[in-house]
Amino acid sequence: MSYNLAAFFYLIASVCFILALRGLSHPESSRGGLRFGIAGMVIAVITTLFIMPQVNFVLILLGIIVGGAIGTVIAIRIQMTALPQLVAAFHSLVGLAAVLVAAAAFYNPAAYGIGVPGDIKTASLIEMAIGAAIGAITFTGSIVAFAKLQGLVSGKPVVFAMQHWLNLALGILAVILIIWMVAGQSATAFWLLVLLTLVLGVLIIIPIGGADMPVVISMLNSYSGWAAAGIGFTLGNNLLIITGALVGSAGAILSYIMCKGMNRSFISVILGGFGGESAAAGAGDGEQRSYRQGAADDAAFLMRNAEKVIIVPGYGMAVAQAQHALREMADLLKGEGVEVKYAIHPVAGRMPGHMYVLLAEANVPYDEVFEMDEINREFAETDVAFVIGANDVTNPSAKSDPASPIYGMPVLDVEKAQNVLFVKRSMASGYAGVDNPLFYMDQTMMLLADAKKMCEDIVKALEA
Amino acid sequence: MSEDLMQQAIDLANRARDLSDDAAALARETARISSDSGLVEAVGPSPLITGLTVFILAIFVGYYVVWRVTPALHSPLMGVTNAISSVIIVGALIAAGTGDFGFSEIMGFIAVTLASVNIFGGFLVTHRMLSMFKKKQK
Repeated sequence: MSYNLAAFFYLIASVCFILALRGLSHPESSRGGLRFGIAGMVIAVITTLFIMPQVNFVLILLGIIVGGAIGTVIAIRIQMTALPQLVAAFHSLVGLAAVLVAAAAFYNPAAYGIGVPGDIKTASLIEMAIGAAIGAITFTGSIVAFAKLQGLVSGKPVVFAMQHWLNLALGILAVILIIWMVAGQSATAFWLLVLLTLVLGVLIIIPIGGADMPVVISMLNSYSGWAAAGIGFTLGNNLLIITGALVGSAGAILSYIMCKGMNRSFISVILGGFGGESAAAGAGDGEQRSYRQGAADDAAFLMRNAEKVIIVPGYGMAVAQAQHALREMADLLKGEGVEVKYAIHPVAGRMPGHMYVLLAEANVPYDEVFEMDEINREFAETDVAFVIGANDVTNPSAKSDPASPIYGMPVLDVEKAQNVLFVKRSMASGYAGVDNPLFYMDQTMMLLADAKKMCEDIVKALEA
Repeated sequence: MSEDLMQQAIDLANRARDLSDDAAALARETARISSDSGLVEAVGPSPLITGLTVFILAIFVGYYVVWRVTPALHSPLMGVTNAISSVIIVGALIAAGTGDFGFSEIMGFIAVTLASVNIFGGFLVTHRMLSMFKKKQK
């Protein structure tokens, strides 16, 4: 196959990838889009095998079969609540693969047509170094994110003195190593650079707290794309460059959306430390305020007689595995003629769009689920808002109290509903460690129990 | 008289030969300089600039396509982007399958395996997610 023909097939693969992303504009078109994505990947791999002068099929097939089998088993077994960890783990693999390809290109540049060992083209060396560096940061950064999400290490931010100066110094050192590597064609500099950026990846992610994980995952998604693009420049392969740019911009946009959902600037998320001082935040007045507590029967009575109920689910619902019981409850209410909708905050769950997937898994139809901006004005004409496993995203002090740590964050206008039912395990504060005035409002009834248990009890009361 | 003429003709011929030698040397020099700067082999911008053009345009495509993704499908979006970023397997295949077996081939082999985990895992988990999104039954 000629190089021109190969480049043409790579172009087709690139277009397939663009169509795969384009399909995600609607659930109906998304499955067709996914087929385009798979087709693009198959075209890319086959085209590559055709342009290689000799092919060691045994080695390649072994890699694809072993890797494919592992990936398949993981993808089939994974729980949807554990999606964020899975995505973080997958990002780490892309990062490591980028480092390895860069290393292979450094030691065998002739295979890629970029020179001979010891005399690699300068531009290729720079691109290779950047690809390897971003890849290494993605690799270890994703491992730390994985460990935090999986609960292997504490989600608390790890901060120490001079942290950011240390990172800056390491960053400058990385640039110096790149110059050394390019000027001297030095393998030592290459490996020192990899080692340094591996450490840097850990240091960048450890100060970021658990609450900011949706941003971190999106950011690492973006990095994995830039790493792929860097390798694409090294190999002079437009397919890799295009795909890397697509993935990089997708991750960047998701990071932006997540930051906006939390009213945080990207810089402040990166600098980290948020969510560590939880005790200091809410304990301002110290006095015990009174709240109204209810039982499942009260909740069932209220909702059965309502015309419209909006359910506000949060990550706590998924942790308690309450989504199926919740959907059952909603079905019974719909059977009694109650209009039921779901309201989703942009940062509900632990990765972008996580809550939508969790609800879809529990067979909640996607056309009953609405994003915050679509549904927020409907709370005023709603009889019952049913908050389950969410807390900070309903906190009205984000709108009214400039002293609140979450002031300015967009929140769901739950307090505008006639009645608020708030399912919560205890009266402790939320993920961000902020007290919620909603608990003490007149229209609020606290349902203090495990989310799943409470939903099951309400289902029983509704059936009775 | 005729000897004078003869002598002048010989001088002229010699000077013409020197001139043609100079011209040939200059031509060789020009050819060397222009091939060093790549002017003879490739007319047009360097691969870096071509790559950069593609890169920037693809970022714009990505920007407009991704903003149209519905928030409900942001998780599948991450699944798909994760799978397609493993197109880095293209680089890994070239390293792994040269026919020799050395350091680069081992690096390539591991990279092929890792990228395959991602390709299969990423597409499959996205498929699982997407197949759960169902419309209201009426």
